Amino acid sequence: MAKHILVAYVEDKPGVLNRVASLFRRRAFNIDSLTVGRTEKEGVSRMTIVMDTDDVGARRVESNLYKLVNVLRVDDITDVPSVVRDLALIKVAVNSGNRTEVLQLADVFRARVVDVDDRALIMEVTGAEDKITKVCDVLRPFGILSMVRTGVVAMRRGADVTSEEPPLVPARIVTSAVDQSASDAVMSV
Amino acid sequence: MKLTGAEIVWEVLRREGVKTVFGYPGGAILPTYDAMTKYPDIHHVLVRHEQGGTHMADGFARASGEVGVAIATSGPGATNMVTGIATAMMDSSPMVCITGQVGSKAIGTDAFQETDVTGVTLPVTKHNYLVTRADEIARTLREAFYIARSGRPGPVLVDITKDAQQTSAEYDWDAATPRLPGYRPDLHALPDEFERALDLINSAKRPLILAGQGIIKSNSSNLVLQIAEKAQIPVAMTLLGIGAIPAGHPLNLGMMGMHGEAWVNQAIQRADLLLAFGMRFDDRVTGNLKTYAQNAKKIHCEIDPSEVNKNVRVDVALIGDLNATLEEIGPGIKAVDRSEWVGAINELKGDAAVRDIQALPDSGNLYAAHVINDIWRITKDVDPIVVTDVGQHQMWEAQYFRHERPRTLITSGGLGTMGFALPAAVGAKFARPDREVWVVAGDGGFQMTLAELATIVQEKIKVNVAIINNSYLGMVRQWQEFFYDKRYAATPMVSPDFVKLAEAYGLLGLRVTERSQVADAVKRARAHDGTVVIDFRVQKEDAVFPMVPAGADLDNMIRRPKPAAPALPESEGDGEWEMPK
Repeated sequence: MAKHILVAYVEDKPGVLNRVASLFRRRAFNIDSLTVGRTEKEGVSRMTIVMDTDDVGARRVESNLYKLVNVLRVDDITDVPSVVRDLALIKVAVNSGNRTEVLQLADVFRARVVDVDDRALIMEVTGAEDKITKVCDVLRPFGILSMVRTGVVAMRRGADVTSEEPPLVPARIVTSAVDQSASDAVMSV
Repeated sequence: MKLTGAEIVWEVLRREGVKTVFGYPGGAILPTYDAMTKYPDIHHVLVRHEQGGTHMADGFARASGEVGVAIATSGPGATNMVTGIATAMMDSSPMVCITGQVGSKAIGTDAFQETDVTGVTLPVTKHNYLVTRADEIARTLREAFYIARSGRPGPVLVDITKDAQQTSAEYDWDAATPRLPGYRPDLHALPDEFERALDLINSAKRPLILAGQGIIKSNSSNLVLQIAEKAQIPVAMTLLGIGAIPAGHPLNLGMMGMHGEAWVNQAIQRADLLLAFGMRFDDRVTGNLKTYAQNAKKIHCEIDPSEVNKNVRVDVALIGDLNATLEEIGPGIKAVDRSEWVGAINELKGDAAVRDIQALPDSGNLYAAHVINDIWRITKDVDPIVVTDVGQHQMWEAQYFRHERPRTLITSGGLGTMGFALPAAVGAKFARPDREVWVVAGDGGFQMTLAELATIVQEKIKVNVAIINNSYLGMVRQWQEFFYDKRYAATPMVSPDFVKLAEAYGLLGLRVTERSQVADAVKRARAHDGTVVIDFRVQKEDAVFPMVPAGADLDNMIRRPKPAAPALPESEGDGEWEMPK
């Protein structure tokens, strides 16, 4: 089991997010995060899907996504150089005694302070997932009043642009050298 | 050409080659029904329940290979279709369902007969659409037909608001070409996968072909036979694969899985190579996955990549249309002498292979297997289409009716939908009016959709209905007998007098209680001009053997009981069966 990051290019039509979410629910695929947003192209949205699974599991998710008529392309960027970012807004409880300490911590993590009040401040922090988690760990002793994370967005590095036209990707199946004992699906009547 | 949305619906149906639709009118679909009167070349079959309409469209599709069409109104009309849509989805049956929807301005207001039908059917359709404008109808319907019949076929639902049906739009068939940038039904395996497959096939000592419905859907029967004969590879069939190759062919072993014959499952467990052609390793076929065909490499020829490695991990996947795949690998398959392997399987068959239930003495009891086998014997010259329901009779049909041609057995496999047989048979008869059609149903399933007898009467069609009546929900009763200490909770069933019921519909009803009456009744039914319902009062507590308990190892079967008395046929004895270890 390992983190897999899939980028799905989908048609920007009503109900597409519902189709993708319904697929994950129906097939019992467990996802860590799912984000959706616009792209450079009109009519095309981009989903970033993070999940804990093995290679065979990732291929199953990929091939099931391709079964959705509105999905244009699925790109597994787990093992390619890419920029992976999560954004968090964290509201921390502060007082005159520890405000400076919190601001210094913000500085260490290159977090921006976007709102200040006499009892709290809001920090905006961007980075890889583990960095955000670390920031939260460090701030927790001060008292996190409120926190929101966007979930991961990701993009391949370099000048290459992923086209929405997949090559033979749907036929890419993990076959050889697979641990046979892994197939321990639960039988039901 | 300016037409109303409703007229565009019929224009597109006509252009798609639709001759028959199965439907039920109602408020939100009324504009479309009103426009129907202008299109007399399309025949509308008024069903008695929308579920029946979808099963008819499904049966039509399975008998013909073409897209079946069902129509219903919004709300309850559409939700009644869900079972039929799910049935078609599980068995990859091409179908287009058209439903009316409340006016686009009323959507989301809980208007009268409003249901979020695209939401409800999302997980049980290949794709679905909500159309709110007349100018979107033509393209959407063309896309629906294209998606339904291409790639791995399946049901597509198009929900059209009432105002979209009523307003007018420009209709231009050519301008309404499908625009589906993300839909790729034309997948093709990678070249090196073919080489790896051929290496495995040509070096295999104990190969086996697992024949699924994909062979029938892709019209690949001849290619499969050529490969099997050339390389001496025996063939085992899934339930839906029955008919893919002739039952009488010496390399055809019969059905595999939960109620497959023992030698078939044993052969699978001993094989060193499984060639899966258009099948999906359903749990009813594999039994315990951990012990399934452990000695075998697996080659999966499959059109849907998401089926590969889903239940069984395979060594080579050949993705794409089965016909194209077999064309490609066929020439590379070498003729190898595998008589030793074929001989070993024949040895596994032992006396079971030569056992002929007809030759067994008449014990005075009526057994379902005899009834079904007699129907086969009497009708085999014309290769009738048999449509079965779900349960014991379905398994007995698979075991004792020998199908020599594709598309002669129509049955609900994946979803196991009781009530499927009678309406699906109506659809099959419309698809192939030239063919003799038999319904084989249990007393339980028949009662779920028997209202469609009135549809049969109204349409003046002939099907022969054999009710295998054991006064129980037989398959459930069998599970209770085997696994629940014979506590028959809610399985004893009272039925109406089926003969009088048939007569109430103006049909001929017959009752058979003894084996000696079976042949006469079948012959009389065939000769009768009109639908006949035969009530076969069979042995009440009979069981389907062999049986692999759910989740057990595939070769760990509950076997046929030893005969309790010499006069009793061995295959259906009343003796004690033995639970496997």
